[in-house]
Amino acid sequence: MSRQALSWGRLPAPEQRLIKLGSRFDALPTTTGSLLPYGLGRSYGDSCLNGGGALLGTRGLDRYIAFDRDSGVIEVEAGVSLGEIIELALPQGWFPAALPGTRFVTVGGAIANDVHGKNHHRAGSFGHQLLGFELLRSDGQVLHCSPTANAALFAATVGGLGLTGLIRRASLQLLRVPGPWIRGSSERFGSLAEFFALSAEAEAASAYTVAWIDSSATGANTGRGIFIRGNHAEGPASYAAPRGIRLPITPPLSLINPLTLAAFNALYYRRPAATARDALWHWQPFFHPLDAVLEWNRIYGPHGFYQYQCVVPMQDAETVIGEMLRRIAESKLGSFLVVLKTFGNMAARGMLSFPRPGATLAIDFPNRGAQTLALLDSLDAMTMAAGGAVYPAKDARMSAAAFRQYFPQWQAFAGHVDPRFSSSFWRRVTEYPQ
Amino acid sequence: MRRILIMGATSAIAEATAREFAALGDALFLVGRNPDRLTAIADDLRLRGAAQAETWVMDACELGAYPALLDAATQRLGGLDTALIAHGTLTDQVAAQASSELMLAEFQTNALSHMVLCTELGNRFEAQGHGCIAVISSVAGDRGRQSNYVYGSAKAAVTAFTSGLRQRLHPKGVHVLTVKPGFVDTPMTAAFRKGPLWAMPATVAKAIVKAVQKGKPVLYTPWFWWPIMQIIKNVPEAIFRKLKL
Repeated sequence: MSRQALSWGRLPAPEQRLIKLGSRFDALPTTTGSLLPYGLGRSYGDSCLNGGGALLGTRGLDRYIAFDRDSGVIEVEAGVSLGEIIELALPQGWFPAALPGTRFVTVGGAIANDVHGKNHHRAGSFGHQLLGFELLRSDGQVLHCSPTANAALFAATVGGLGLTGLIRRASLQLLRVPGPWIRGSSERFGSLAEFFALSAEAEAASAYTVAWIDSSATGANTGRGIFIRGNHAEGPASYAAPRGIRLPITPPLSLINPLTLAAFNALYYRRPAATARDALWHWQPFFHPLDAVLEWNRIYGPHGFYQYQCVVPMQDAETVIGEMLRRIAESKLGSFLVVLKTFGNMAARGMLSFPRPGATLAIDFPNRGAQTLALLDSLDAMTMAAGGAVYPAKDARMSAAAFRQYFPQWQAFAGHVDPRFSSSFWRRVTEYPQ
Repeated sequence: MRRILIMGATSAIAEATAREFAALGDALFLVGRNPDRLTAIADDLRLRGAAQAETWVMDACELGAYPALLDAATQRLGGLDTALIAHGTLTDQVAAQASSELMLAEFQTNALSHMVLCTELGNRFEAQGHGCIAVISSVAGDRGRQSNYVYGSAKAAVTAFTSGLRQRLHPKGVHVLTVKPGFVDTPMTAAFRKGPLWAMPATVAKAIVKAVQKGKPVLYTPWFWWPIMQIIKNVPEAIFRKLKL
């Protein structure tokens, strides 16, 4: 396998082999070197890469197994994507209870990263809708794991970054919905204080809440943005999903620079559609506006990009995130994809789960080498000081020390790692001395 | 609604094609060797909209078992009007040129079994006055090449056989479709390096279903294999024998 960009950030990938799986009844391939399950490659950094080893391509495990239209329980092979679950279940009135920012994610990947959606305050993360899964370990054992059966392995595998073995099938409890529509509103806010007030007020009545932040705003405007809230709702009977467009080539340099960024952010913030009191969205543009642009990650040019997503505890969130935004605006290295959201208090089910009570900030950074890495390190210092955490699915560079602080259960987790499984991320945060 | 027999139903192209038929609400009778995999595929196809998805375990090389198979399919589906013959093996050319026994076994799997089944199906469909037989041949059957002429000549036999059968059955209202895929990214070709000419099974599957619906006689899929094979077929033997294709 060549040095293709295999993770979403398009940073150079290490040399590794891709072995495609076709049947959930097959044993693990007998190959030398370590293994790592690989789905749709929407992890941004190296948590889905396995330099020097092999990736087990799970997209061939894409069969539906069972779906109960009355109870909303669906069982699928691990390579089925959440978009494919929606295709089957939504016409029957069911929807994933926790849906991340893209529908191009496999069920196995959603478990391995314990992904979260805009309704974390209500539904928790992916692990909360997971009824159970089947795990194939490299010693040949096939284990059924659920919150009550093989509970420790369940807790290690939810958020376990694919390191505990191969998930072959899983069953989920879906959420009853009236149809494909979301009704809600969108409004501008001028500061982080306003965001937190809006968020606290909206969470009681709205299933989904999220904010876009203008990362180039400075001074008194720091932290301004657009707040969006919504609930599943009735709507028109028919809707033709727009066809996705594809960025056909990777431009020779990043299209995101301080000039385009400031212009975009100012326009985006001031556009009339930013304030809509009573808006009706189809679920696709509401949850996944970026899925309409296939391979949007190419806009960052040949050097790729980093994403930084952190969560900080609520009591210091306004101060710490304000400090981060000032730092990012000053650096002029930020991007237009800046998302702020609060997590609810539901305890995660995974030992390595990222979601925890607090506020979470996600932002893209075009890869400009050392200066970008230095900025990210300074954000890490703030996250660590605040007792927060950084999301491994989005990371390509956190230090081992930072990882160990963010995920205090990492040693207990390490005891559940399958001896034949590993990843570039895992070796980076566990093996290399700091 | 079509009532469709699918031979080699666990192969990637057959499964992808079955998904297209399932989405149209067709009834399917799936034949393959591995019962677990067949059951998993049948469960999936029912959820994708198949009116029916039955399974039947057999080895496609048991040529004597075909009449019983066709009886069972007809009975379980309440009739039979379409068949997709998609089983096969990708022959190891070096091994097959070293052993007459292996060469014969490969011919059995990739040519004779198709021809026997086409004979049985052709006669039944002729008698009922309608039906469609879609057979997966290959662009490899268009000209024998040193790198895979055992597989290629088996496919050439399938191509010639289905061509004749098509002529015979056309006036009787029976459609015979010869499918000639190029390189397809499947478990069968897992060991090959993939380039721009490689297609995904889903792409090939969509083209097959369209060709079945339109009554097309020969399908090159993806389409660009037609001009490529016109060139390869027309290279003079004097030059061709010196090439390393």
